[in-house]
Parts: sequence; structure tokens; C-alpha cells
Amino acid sequence: MNRKDLLGIEDLSKEEIEEILKVAKSMEEILERPIKIAPTLRGITVANLFFEPSTRTLNSFTLAEKRLSADSINLVSSSSSVLKGETLLDTAKNIQAMEVDIIVIRHSIPGAPHFLAERLDASVINAGDGAHEHPTQALSDLMTIRKKFSKIKDLKVAIVGDIEHSRVARSLIIGLNKMGAKVFVCGPPTLIPKWMDIFDVTIKYNLEEILPDKDILYILRVQKERQEESLLPSMREYIKYYSLTYERLRKFASSKVIIMHPGPINRGIEIESRVADSEYSLILDQVISGVAVRMSILYLLSRKKIDENSN
Amino acid sequence: MNVKFIEKRTMMGEEEMHWALRRISHQVIEDNPRLKKICIIGIRKRGDILAKRIAEILSELTSWDVNIGVLDITLYRDDLTTYGPKPLIGPTYFPCPIDELPVLLVDDVIHTGRTIRAALDEIMDYGRPSAVKLAVMVNRSGRELPIMPDYFGTSIDLTEGEEVRVNILETDGQDSVKIVEVKIDNE
Repeated sequence: MNRKDLLGIEDLSKEEIEEILKVAKSMEEILERPIKIAPTLRGITVANLFFEPSTRTLNSFTLAEKRLSADSINLVSSSSSVLKGETLLDTAKNIQAMEVDIIVIRHSIPGAPHFLAERLDASVINAGDGAHEHPTQALSDLMTIRKKFSKIKDLKVAIVGDIEHSRVARSLIIGLNKMGAKVFVCGPPTLIPKWMDIFDVTIKYNLEEILPDKDILYILRVQKERQEESLLPSMREYIKYYSLTYERLRKFASSKVIIMHPGPINRGIEIESRVADSEYSLILDQVISGVAVRMSILYLLSRKKIDENSN
Repeated sequence: MNVKFIEKRTMMGEEEMHWALRRISHQVIEDNPRLKKICIIGIRKRGDILAKRIAEILSELTSWDVNIGVLDITLYRDDLTTYGPKPLIGPTYFPCPIDELPVLLVDDVIHTGRTIRAALDEIMDYGRPSAVKLAVMVNRSGRELPIMPDYFGTSIDLTEGEEVRVNILETDGQDSVKIVEVKIDNE
């Protein structure tokens, strides 16, 4: 992989995705050692700029940075000068002036990472930009899938829930399409975007229709604020028609099906507790893959400022 | 830019390499009269195959508990370059905990010593061996770090533009040590 930034799955070729997953496998080996650290990114400084709340992604990045011996600083919007009215570019330029090599950014505005990537020398990694993309989540999901099934091609994956507002769904659909999986989406018509036809997906509005013979059910979080936008009549109605209950799972889905969810889970809303904690669930495996994939991306993007005279 | 390797001479053939590995194994036994268990770690690629061969000889000649592992030092290199594609990372595997165990580190060539430095750092991240010894097929001059092999097959001094190649049956189709000349065409 020879690129400065990682902004979205959309820009990546199939070969680049393969390379990231392959390196991530080696990174996973570090995570299994007695001393879980390698000196690979010594001297590299990473800034994590999070303008939106996050626990999973921020911690996963921070841990990945530590495991590879990078120095890192965290800037979260609630405690920064963003509140004092500083613009995004000014904040980023200030961070860069501190000789930061890689910037990991999460922002509510789609394209914010691209905006910075064009203007800064530092490498930029998109950790989620609005409803646009969340490439590191999609890559760790692809890794989890590959580990479970030893392949991605031809698997039948159904993504269920709020597709319209989900950057995770968008990145994952693009990634699955690129890797040759068969993608199905399911959700209330108000939450399935009209532009869905630009992807290679099959749309269904009835959950019980989509459950049979799938390899993976990927359940998305219901964002409660959507109800206020009148996109959902009520939570009760959503639960009634779209919640993945144990009963539905056993009745309609294959007995070998795998459940995934990007977190955080709303237990009892999009997924029943019994399903989330069942043997079908790979939800915690997704978290482990997340650290390995982020280590892989940090390694592949890092550019040490030394000469090329090697042995 | 075209890089060409022109074969200049053969330093060792199949027979010589076979006897070199047996000699190294005998020296290891002689140096460790009371040993019961050893961990032999080969550095990828080629060092791991040589390690396997030494392990086979030691198992044949002694009653030691011989454990074989493989080390990929990519993540510990000090020359992960500025721009451009990154080297691929291979698997690292330790067969058992190495705490308080003697480790024999095996590689095909020692030259600057930087690979061995990286390997030592990586080993220390796995545990605290009682001792680490180094065996190589070719001891090439040009050290940049104070690291010396404890056992080696042959010693060579090369002039500028020359490189040494250790070929192994499993990966290169033959067992041999060859000197090649590096020619760069700028056309």
C-alpha cells in the first residue's frame, strides 16, 4: 500500500484491503504475546482528534498506537479549544505544528478528514465522518469475517437496521462488494436510502424474509434521535418488526449463522440480550480485530523520517 | 533502473553445507555438556530452514528436548523506510516459554549485525532466556554493531558490489553459498 491517508473503503483497491488484512494478522500475533508491544512505530507521533463521542474507536486506536510504541495525544472536543470557536483547520494546523506524523480524526461532518488530508503533510486516518464512512470499523469486520469463514467471497451477509444514517453500513457494503460477498439490506423504508442502487445489494423490508440462509447477520444500532426526526413511528414498532429476537433467530435463520454488531448495543431494541450473548455472536471478536486492523493501518501509513540506507 | 546479479563463484556446495551444519551441531553439544532442553529459533527466511536442520541433527545425536521456533524481525527493523511499500510481515512462532532456557538463534548470513540486534530485541519481548547463542552459515565482514556469531559455516570478506547468496533446497532448489556481483543498469 502506497498512500498517505486512509479516508474511506471507497478509495481502496481489493489488493490494498487484502494487504491491510494480511498485515493485521501478523499484528494479532503481537497481541497474543506475553509482552504485547513491538518497537515498530518508535518516534512516530499520532494525534487522535475526536470531535464526536466515542469509546470503542478511540480506545482501540489508542491501544493500537501503544502496542506499536507510537507516542499519542488525544484531543476530544469537549475539552478542547473547539469549544472556544477554533476552526477545524486551525486546530489541525496547531496539532501538526507539534510535529505529529499521523492524525486520526472523527468528525460529524462528512468529508472533514478529506479536507484535512488535502491541507496537511501528516497522514490522516478517517475514524468516522458523519454518515459517510467508517473505514477502520469495516476493515475490522472484514477481518473478523475472514477469520471465522476463511473467506469473504460468496458469503451472504444481511445488514439490518438504520442503513441511511450508518457510516458503518456504508463502508461495510462497499468493502463486502469489493471482496465479492453477496450483500442484503433490511430495515424500515424510511431508513433505507434511495441511493442504495449504486451498490450491488438486495433490499428487503421484511426481517423474517431476509433471515433464512444467510451466513452473517450484521445488526446496526438504532439511533434513538431518529425517532425525533419522525423516521420511526415508535421504538415499540421498531422492536416489533425489526428486533432480532432469539425466537426469530431460531425460527428463520440458519443454525450456523453468525451475528455481528458494531456497538454500542441497545439491548432489547435492535437485538435481544439472549442473541447478543449467544454462541452465534462474534461481537467481542470484532473488538479484538479492531485493534489489530488499526495497528496494521498505522504501520502501513507510517513514514519514518530516516534515510533509505538499509542493510 | 535494472538490477542484475551475476554469479561469480560458489563458496559452498551441498556437501560442504551439510558438514558445516553437522560441525556447528557438534560444537553446540560440546559447549553444553549438561543440557536437557533447548529452543532453536530461525530467522525468516532461510534461517528457519537451517534451524530445522540443526534441530534434526541435535535430536539425532542427543537426548535433548529440542524445540523449534521461527522469528520474523520486520517489525523490529531500524530501516522501515520513508515512503514506499512496506515489507511483508511473516509469522513469528515460539514453541514454548523461553524463560530460563538456552536459545540458539540461527540465520543464513550475518553482515552488519542489525538483523541480529532486531532479533535479540524481539526475543527479549517473549521472555528471559538463560543464554542466547548465534549460529550462521556465512559470517560476512562489515559489522556495524558489536555482535559476533558463536558458530558459523564459513567466513568471507567481500569487495564493493559483491553480495553473498545462501541458497536452500526448500526455497531455492539447491543447497549452495554463492558470491554474486550486483550490476545496476541505468537505462
